Amino acid sequence: MYAFNYHKASSVADAAARLSAGVDAKLLAGGQTLIAALKMRLAAPSDLIDLGGIAEMRGVRTEGGKLVIGAMTTHAQVAASQDVRQSMPALAVLAASIGDRMVRNMGTLGGSVANADPAADYPAAVIGLGATIITNKRGIGADDFFKGMYETALQPGEIITQVAFPIPQKCGYAKFANPASRYAIVGVLVAQTGGGVRVGVTGAGPCAFRVPEMEKALVANFAPDAVASVKISHTSLNSDLHASAEYRAHLVAVMAKRAVAAALGQ
Amino acid sequence: MPVKLSMTVNGKPVSAEAEPRTLLVDFIRDQLRLTGTHIGCDTAQCGACTIHLNGNAVKSCNMLALQAQGATITTIEGITGPDGSLHPMQAAFRDHHGLQCGYCTPGMVMSAIDLVKRHPHPSEQTIRAELDGNLCRCTGYHGIVKAVEAGAKAMG
Repeated sequence: MYAFNYHKASSVADAAARLSAGVDAKLLAGGQTLIAALKMRLAAPSDLIDLGGIAEMRGVRTEGGKLVIGAMTTHAQVAASQDVRQSMPALAVLAASIGDRMVRNMGTLGGSVANADPAADYPAAVIGLGATIITNKRGIGADDFFKGMYETALQPGEIITQVAFPIPQKCGYAKFANPASRYAIVGVLVAQTGGGVRVGVTGAGPCAFRVPEMEKALVANFAPDAVASVKISHTSLNSDLHASAEYRAHLVAVMAKRAVAAALGQ
Repeated sequence: MPVKLSMTVNGKPVSAEAEPRTLLVDFIRDQLRLTGTHIGCDTAQCGACTIHLNGNAVKSCNMLALQAQGATITTIEGITGPDGSLHPMQAAFRDHHGLQCGYCTPGMVMSAIDLVKRHPHPSEQTIRAELDGNLCRCTGYHGIVKAVEAGAKAMG
């Protein structure tokens, strides 16, 4: 690991000031991806600004039909939250399926969303539930947030403080996990809301995306079989040693079917 | 530049200086000389470095020592009785062939204690799922699962 300057931020404003003051400063959330990247010298920031001491960035609360989760809330905390388990059990299931217990005790919602790993779980929830990413500067809609592999709409100096998830009528998550890392080879979150149905897919493409054909089919008939016949094109999907693009395309339909079944409690 | 670092380790206050890039596991092993916490893979996969940070199991090779500023830490050395007797979970690992070479054992035991705290009566399935982040290359896990079942009963 290359040397860097370390700062423990006392507040979001303090973190923002230090972030803009550093030559190549980076934020440290739970560090479950970043520390590994630093060790492999894949990242070499001049300054690390640790968000771990900012109490206002942690916790889950219900507010006006939304579940607002602090960016520094750990996966284990999301999975154990009674509010989450009651109003959107799929999000608790998703959080409980990330990595392993020790990773879930450190890794955070905000860190995962900001990193935008194509195989991370949370992006499926952000897209599938139509969440709003709240930063120190603005709110960013789910459909505008993920821009590509590890790319987001976040501007330099911008810090995710909370994520607001609208509470759906029903939601379900299904993942075909890599057996070693538990990252999603394909993960699908399906949510039924008053306004329609959203289908968020992670793991399959460069970043999480929606499947409008499936959403349309599920509005007409919210049942597992409704999505089974929707064909997904593999042309823009990921292909690697874990799965080919064709296989991932197939898995999207299978996981969507299971996610709908989960949403229906089947 | 070294930074001053204070935390509570195994019930005792500790103060030392560490470079920002020092990993918690290196701080524990090299500066505190608590070498029971092992470095297996150094890539956050094997779980041999598992410790408790404010009561929760974490991988000490995948965090900076400075992230534990002001925290309460328990390592494998901190779980034995005041007279040096084994923790019930350690005793269960010995009794049920939960180890062979023993390299993964400190991490297994720390994870197992965290698991039992949340699941006082864990099923075999729960134990296997919860120990997902701890790798053992000797036992084939059967002895470990039996040990955790017995350890959970003994802890109850």
